[in-house]
Amino acid sequence: MTVTTEAPPFVTTPLSERSSATSRRIRDVWAMTRRNLVHISREPMQLSDVTLQPVLFTVLFVYIFGGGIPIPNGSYKDFVLAGLLALNLVTSTMGTAVGLGTDIHEGMIDRFRALPMWRASVLVGRSFADLTTSCICALIVGVTGLVVGWRPDAGVASIVGGFALVLFFAYSLTWIAMCVGLKSKSPESAASFGFIVLFPLAFVSNAMVPTQHMPIWLRDVADWNPVSAVTAAARHLWGNPNPSAAINAWPMQHPVLAAAAWSTFILAVAAPLAAWTFRRRTTE
Amino acid sequence: MTRDMIEVEALTKRYGETRALAGVDFSVAPGTVLGLLGPNGAGKTTAVRVLTTLALPDSGRAAVAGIDVVRHPAEVRRRIGVAAQDATLDRLLTGRQNLVLVAELSGISGRRAKARAKELLEQFELSDAADRVLKGYSGGMRRRLDVAASLVARPPVLFLDEPTTGLDPSSRLRVWEAVRQLLAEGITVLLTTQYLEEADELADRIVVIDHGRVVANGTPLELKHASRSARLEVTLASPHSEAASAIASLVNGPVRVSDDGRVLDAGVDPVPGLATSVIRALDVAGILVDNVEVRQPSLDDVFFSLTGGQLEDELLPGRPKSGDDGDKVLEGARS
Repeated sequence: MTVTTEAPPFVTTPLSERSSATSRRIRDVWAMTRRNLVHISREPMQLSDVTLQPVLFTVLFVYIFGGGIPIPNGSYKDFVLAGLLALNLVTSTMGTAVGLGTDIHEGMIDRFRALPMWRASVLVGRSFADLTTSCICALIVGVTGLVVGWRPDAGVASIVGGFALVLFFAYSLTWIAMCVGLKSKSPESAASFGFIVLFPLAFVSNAMVPTQHMPIWLRDVADWNPVSAVTAAARHLWGNPNPSAAINAWPMQHPVLAAAAWSTFILAVAAPLAAWTFRRRTTE
Repeated sequence: MTRDMIEVEALTKRYGETRALAGVDFSVAPGTVLGLLGPNGAGKTTAVRVLTTLALPDSGRAAVAGIDVVRHPAEVRRRIGVAAQDATLDRLLTGRQNLVLVAELSGISGRRAKARAKELLEQFELSDAADRVLKGYSGGMRRRLDVAASLVARPPVLFLDEPTTGLDPSSRLRVWEAVRQLLAEGITVLLTTQYLEEADELADRIVVIDHGRVVANGTPLELKHASRSARLEVTLASPHSEAASAIASLVNGPVRVSDDGRVLDAGVDPVPGLATSVIRALDVAGILVDNVEVRQPSLDDVFFSLTGGQLEDELLPGRPKSGDDGDKVLEGARS
């Protein structure tokens, strides 16, 4: 082992610098975001959620269901792309729950807790990393869509706005996923969140098929499902066929407003809840 | 008088029905190593968790560098390094990424974080593996990286919770070497360990806890003296049936006789002239002696007598196993 003779004495001030609380917090969040991005890049399964799955889903839905589902005033591929974006982003939040569940159950969280860092950066950093992968996912869905023939019919700002709205919704969902990850007894049980909550949430909606063909009780659920509002908003903003516009439910009549309101509401409830759960979970 | 770097007073902590700490007191002077010893579940890790702000005590007081751990945890965290018992590094990052992450989260900015990581990787001989993902590290490499990570911010107080458990001897020596280097630089260390040899090597003082209470507190030498449990080993020229009973009055407890009947072994009080008395007693019985040895107690012996030997045998290297087959145990006639 090399002897470091020039090392300054330990008894003096530690290396850490004193800087303003806000800039410290930003740097902590940045460090945690990068850490989680490295994780995603090293876990092929997690990465396939946002790369392979969107391509697969897009191709499958467009070519398999495309012919069988008639869309008034348009084609199925123009109709389904907003739904595919919502579906992919919603189901990929499962990775958030599993990732945080794993952190909590492995010793790493103890290391973080004994460091002079902003503790919430564990959560905020993860949410930002997952937002980054959501953006990659959205890009892949969009490009795949263009390749198979999806065509938006609106101005650039409106198209980008559609993507942003779905991403905002996905971001708010990551905070629910974090609550689940923090509550779960194991990373595996966090994974079951995906099947029990996320898949019904994504499918009982107007994302894949117009709700007009659903049984009446399911149709009411679907029309008030936030995923339907978000999907309808994207269709509206992209100038794609939006059969839900004919439905006499408030969110379907005002999809953009409803989508923004749902996302804001979820974020406002889930973020403090996640912070509170995190504090409780890590207090002994 | 300089203030103690770690102060623990009447600390208690319960986990459900388990009383992990039942009123623990100890302190650590600046620039020294305290070895915190105890069997599994004695409360060592709980004490470390309270001192490193990971757990809140139920009552009592704990301070690090003069700062109360309950009232000012954030300030305490700025002054401590922790290498916890379970590896607490990121398995999906490389060694270097792990150290840089810890550095950044300790408030060290970009370039300096990288420089510090490089320095530590060199110091702990991990430079070659620096850019490999942790999954591929051996247990010894991981523990070394864990210790390195605890030193990133040059903390004045370091907590090492069983830093060498499960390590091979050469990795253990490297960790010890690293700790000695730190001591030369003035750091204060609290070390928990199940290896008494480790405490003997590194610790200035030793606190033994059992069932959440301190059962002994002193320097290694003091503890050895206080235990009054030296061992006597006598080698006879040839086996003799009367040998054990001839020395029974001079020893504590049973006399163990080896398989071949030539070696007698027993616990003794290390009184002056003991060896002379033993030889005389055997001589009177007409027994020829080849060798007499009175060994000072090891910390193993001390620990064994204090805690009733609740450590598993394999954790006590060098200690003769009490239940070995073929050992004939004769009851001493001393009682």
